[in-house]
Amino acid sequence: MNVVVCVKQIPDPAGTMKLDQSSHNLVREGKLILDESDSYGVEMGLQLAEQAGGGEVTLVSMAPNSETSGLRTALAMGAARAILVSDPGLAGTDALGTAKVLAAAIKRAEPDLILTATESTDGYTGTIPAQIAELLGMPSVTFSKKVTISGDNVTVERQTEEGYEEVEVPLPAVLSVTAGVVEPRYPSFKGIMAAKGKPVDELKVTDLGIDGSAVGASGARQEVTAVTPAEARKAGEIVTDDGDGFQQIISYLERIKVI
Amino acid sequence: MDFDLSEPEQELAALCRDFAQREIAPVAAAAWEENRCPTEILEKMGKLGLLGLLVPPEWGGIGMTTVGFVAAMEALGVADQSVASAWQAHSTIGSLPLLLFGTDEQKERWLRPLAEGTALGAFGLTEPDAGSDARGIATRAVCRDGGWVVNGRKAFISNAGTDMSFGVTLLARTGEDDRGAPQYGSFVVERGTDGFTMGPKMKGIGWHGLDTRELYFDDVWVPDDHLVGDPDLGLGQFLKTLEVGRISIAALSISLTQAVLDLALGYAKERRQFGRAIADFQAIQFKLADIATELEAARWLTYRAAALRDAQRPFMKEAAMAKLKASRTAMWAASEAVQIHGGIGYMLETPVARFFCDAKVLEIGEGTNEIQHLVIARALGC
Repeated sequence: MNVVVCVKQIPDPAGTMKLDQSSHNLVREGKLILDESDSYGVEMGLQLAEQAGGGEVTLVSMAPNSETSGLRTALAMGAARAILVSDPGLAGTDALGTAKVLAAAIKRAEPDLILTATESTDGYTGTIPAQIAELLGMPSVTFSKKVTISGDNVTVERQTEEGYEEVEVPLPAVLSVTAGVVEPRYPSFKGIMAAKGKPVDELKVTDLGIDGSAVGASGARQEVTAVTPAEARKAGEIVTDDGDGFQQIISYLERIKVI
Repeated sequence: MDFDLSEPEQELAALCRDFAQREIAPVAAAAWEENRCPTEILEKMGKLGLLGLLVPPEWGGIGMTTVGFVAAMEALGVADQSVASAWQAHSTIGSLPLLLFGTDEQKERWLRPLAEGTALGAFGLTEPDAGSDARGIATRAVCRDGGWVVNGRKAFISNAGTDMSFGVTLLARTGEDDRGAPQYGSFVVERGTDGFTMGPKMKGIGWHGLDTRELYFDDVWVPDDHLVGDPDLGLGQFLKTLEVGRISIAALSISLTQAVLDLALGYAKERRQFGRAIADFQAIQFKLADIATELEAARWLTYRAAALRDAQRPFMKEAAMAKLKASRTAMWAASEAVQIHGGIGYMLETPVARFFCDAKVLEIGEGTNEIQHLVIARALGC
C-alpha cells in the first residue's frame, strides 16, 4: 500500500501573517511549518501502510524557496520520502494551477491512494482535492473520517452534517481527510534524526512536463481582487431565562448546527 | 570555547520543550495534587526515545551526550519537577549501573526495556540509618545455593513502586575482605520476587508526582546472574554513577530556577500596585536581575561539568560544584519568586508555590550539599 499524502508548508499561524500589497496573497517568506491539518492525512497514511503490512508514505508538496522544514516534520513522523516542487515560476499560482503541479508530481510516485487535508489553514479554498482527482482521472471522496482498504477498493465513512455516509470506490482514489479523525503521532527523537537523511526530490515545473504558462501568476485564472479586514467581533447575544433557558440554548445550538 | 548545542542536542531540546508544554504542563498540577506519579506521561516519553537518553543505540537508547541530557532536562523541568525527577532518576542511577557494569545478558534483559521506555528504573542505596555515609548500609547479601540471599531495608527509593517499575538495583554488603573492611555488591531484584515488599508512597514537601517508597527485603533469594558488576567493587561502581546524578540534579535545579524566574517576571509585569506594575519598582527589578544572574552562573557550571564528562575528562569536582551551586540557587530563587508573588505565591494552587516546595529536596538528594562541599574540599587537597 503506497500512499501519497499532499502536504502544505505554511507560515506559522501562531506568528503574524502579512499580505502582499499588490497581489493580496499571503507573504510566504521565512521558515514554513507543516500545516497542522495535513498531519491527520500523514497519520492516516502511516496507519494504512502499517495495516497493509507494507508500502510507504510519500509526501508531495509545492513550496517556495526549496522549503523543507514542514516536510521534515512529516518525515520525522514516519513518511519515507518527499517530492517537493519549488520553482520561482510558480509564484502567484492559483488553486487549479497548484492542483496541476501536485497531480503531475503525484503521478511520478504511482501511489495506490492519495490523501489530502480538506483545506489548508492559510488558503482555505478547499478545492484542490477534487481538482487533483479530476486531473488524475480518479474517484474523489471528501471529508473522510474512517478509511478501510479492502482489496482493490477503499471504503470511506464520509463526514456529513447529520452523521456519516459510507462510500466505496476503486483504488487508486483521492481522499480528503477531516481534521481530528486520527491522533497524529509525535515524531520520536530517532524519527527526527532519521528524517534529516530521508530523500527529498526537488523538482522544477519543466521536470513535470508542465507548460510554464499554465501555472504561476500568468496561468492563474483566479485573482484576489480586494481584501477587507475581518469584522470586529460583535457583542454576544444575551438571553433572558424565563424558565425556558435550556430550550433557548438548545435551539441556538441547533441553529448553528452544533447539535 | 563553544557554548552552542550541536544539531542533535538542539533537536532533542526542541522535542522536549514541545512535549513538556503540550503533554506535561497540562497535567502536572493535578498529578502533584493527587500525589500520583503520572506514568502515562513517562510511557509517552518512552515512545519518543526519551527514556534511553544516555544509553547507546545498541541497547535501545539514543546515545545522547551529557550536554544534551542537561538541555533536555532544562526543557522538561520547567514544566514539572516531579516528572523530570522521575525521568532523571530513571536515566541516571536507574539505568547507568546496568549500562556501565552489567554483562551483555543483563543489559539485554534489564537495560533494554528501560532504554526503550517500557519499564522504569530504580536504584536502592539509602537506608534509614545510612544516607551520606553510604558505607554504613546494613542490607546484606549472603552467598547461598548458587545465588544470594538479601536482607535489609531501603528508604526514599524513587521509581520502584509504579505500574511501570521493573524492580530495583540495590546495593548490599556482601562480606569483609582479609583486613576486615566491608565489601559491597549491586543486585537486581525484580518485582514479585519472594520476600521483596514495599511501603506506601511517601509524601514529601515537594515532588508529589514522584513515586518514593521504603523497600523491604526479607530472605530475598536471587540467582548469581542478578549480581551486577564486580562483587568486590560494588560501592565504588555505584558512587561513579552518582557523579552523573549530580549533573542531573544540577540540571533539574537550573530548570526550576528558570521556571520560577519566568513565573515571577510574568507576574511582576501583570500585578499592579500603587498605580503601576510592580515590575516598575527597583525592589522587584533587582530581585529578578539577581535570579537571572545566579541562574546563568549555575547553568554554565552545569554545562561545563557535562561537557567534561562528554570529553571523558575528570568531572567529579565540577559536578559537585554544579550540584551545590545550582541547588542552592534554586532554593533561594524559589523563595524570592514566592516573595515577588506575595500572598498569592504562598497558596499551593499557584505554580510558583509548587516549585518552591519542589526546591528543597535538590539540596538533599543525590548527595547532600554538605557532601558536595566535602567532595570539593578534597579535590582542593584538604
